[in-house]
Amino acid sequence: MNIDIDQISKDFGATAALHPVSLVIPTGKLVALLGPSGSGKTTLLRILAGLEFPTSGRVLFDGQDATGMPVQQRRAGFVFQHYALFKHMKVFDNIAFGLRARPRRTRPPRAEIARRVQELLELIKLPDIGRRYPNQLSGGQRQRVALARALAIEPRMLLLDEPFGALDAKVRKELRGGLRDIHDRTGLTTVFVTHDQEEAMELADLVVVMSMGRIEQVGTPEDIRAHPRTAFVREFITDSRAHVRPLLVRKLKTA
Amino acid sequence: MAEATPAPTAQCTAPIVRHRAATDEPIWVRRALIGLVLLTLGFLLFAPLFAVFAEALRQGLPAAVRSLDSPSGQAAIRLTLLVAVISVPLNAVFGLAAAWAIAKFDFRGKAFLITLIDLPFSISPVVAGLCFVLLFGAHSAFGVWLVSQGHQIVFAVPGIVLATMFVTFPFVARELIPLMVEQGRSEEEAALTLGASGWRTFLTVTLPNVKWALLYGVLLCNARAMGEFGAVAVVSGKIRGETTTMPLMIEMFYNEYMAVAAFTMAALLTLLALVTLTLKSLLEVAYADQLAATHRHH
Repeated sequence: MNIDIDQISKDFGATAALHPVSLVIPTGKLVALLGPSGSGKTTLLRILAGLEFPTSGRVLFDGQDATGMPVQQRRAGFVFQHYALFKHMKVFDNIAFGLRARPRRTRPPRAEIARRVQELLELIKLPDIGRRYPNQLSGGQRQRVALARALAIEPRMLLLDEPFGALDAKVRKELRGGLRDIHDRTGLTTVFVTHDQEEAMELADLVVVMSMGRIEQVGTPEDIRAHPRTAFVREFITDSRAHVRPLLVRKLKTA
Repeated sequence: MAEATPAPTAQCTAPIVRHRAATDEPIWVRRALIGLVLLTLGFLLFAPLFAVFAEALRQGLPAAVRSLDSPSGQAAIRLTLLVAVISVPLNAVFGLAAAWAIAKFDFRGKAFLITLIDLPFSISPVVAGLCFVLLFGAHSAFGVWLVSQGHQIVFAVPGIVLATMFVTFPFVARELIPLMVEQGRSEEEAALTLGASGWRTFLTVTLPNVKWALLYGVLLCNARAMGEFGAVAVVSGKIRGETTTMPLMIEMFYNEYMAVAAFTMAALLTLLALVTLTLKSLLEVAYADQLAATHRHH
């Protein structure tokens, strides 16, 4: 599905989280919203999901105005930062939740729900964990269950908020491959939020660099690396760990 | 918790130094403290409890049962149960609504609302009762109008329910607010993105997450609702057989030198409280378990 963000802005009280931003996300692309905390990337993602509504501007899905569309009707598979799994439900029931929540006439029969949940468990390569509770899973397993739960509703797009943020480095690397894999297999338009430039560059087809509620640059990873358009982008995309110190030194020298 | 008083250390001159943790008091201090607590508990709690049951059963169980077998005694028991049955569920709903509003939404005056919810804890029940009398009684135009419409509030069951609800309002909300604040809104948001309606989200996500705390709050609320004296005494007018709840009836019996009836009614109320307490303790086990490891008991 093609997503068209047209002059979206968002104020929280007196503070502006997003200045009017525009962005086109082409069908089937894997897109990273990259930026430091407070750059407005999560706000933008939540506006796409219908969890927040913009102060001004429009969102178009495949050319149709969806600005005021309620969250339930958007069919946006959303993976939350800490996964937000239902902790009182087994993994099976977590994944089945979206199918069971459908109105009676579109709700699949029990056997069909069970079949689809099993299919999704196999897609995330955890076929045997349906009867466990979320607190009996590792961080990486929880993330994959959250992904399966989001995919169960047959979403039109996949939105992920810092999907690897709560994981240690090794698991993070593994799961990056997993997300790419699932994206390629389902062909879903996918948007994920990250503050890790390496993650964005490695995984995404298209990187959107954000800062202070504005979009600084949009481009392929190669494009952004080769031609950073602003000083902020240049600073931000040079390896985050390596660039902190020189920046500090420079600041100290000029002071 | 009993605070340990600093023990006078007499071992300064002793040649053998026993190593012990800094918080470990000498054995006699510990024993003295435990003894003190037991003595206080015995004097303030066990003795009166024992006395209530002993006095009630002084002339045997049949006499005790017979002593309550009066129209006014029966009416008092019925009224107390009726008031609890009305006010506890309503307060459960109000408490849930208040906790929901405070935990899940940001709005102006939130801190003020939390203070308001606590008000019944800090205000004297008698004052609360008096406020209802002033508001709904013959002193106010509103009260007069209500009576002219055929709605008797003060000195009738509605007034008693109102006063009871006022006094017991904070219990459910107070239990739920910290838990719901801690849990945040992301599970609800997840349910919404999966297509669930607000009502379905509430039933299948919010409610199961707070069910133990809710039950716990309801039990506390119930215990207080059945035992409330001050606020109810003011609004009820103490019409025998009509607006007299169990606590009020106990006082009446006692003032009329009907010791057996007074103590039997008191014992009955105590039993209800003990049942509530036992349930509460059982729940506490389940509840602590849930907080520690989120649902092992399924």
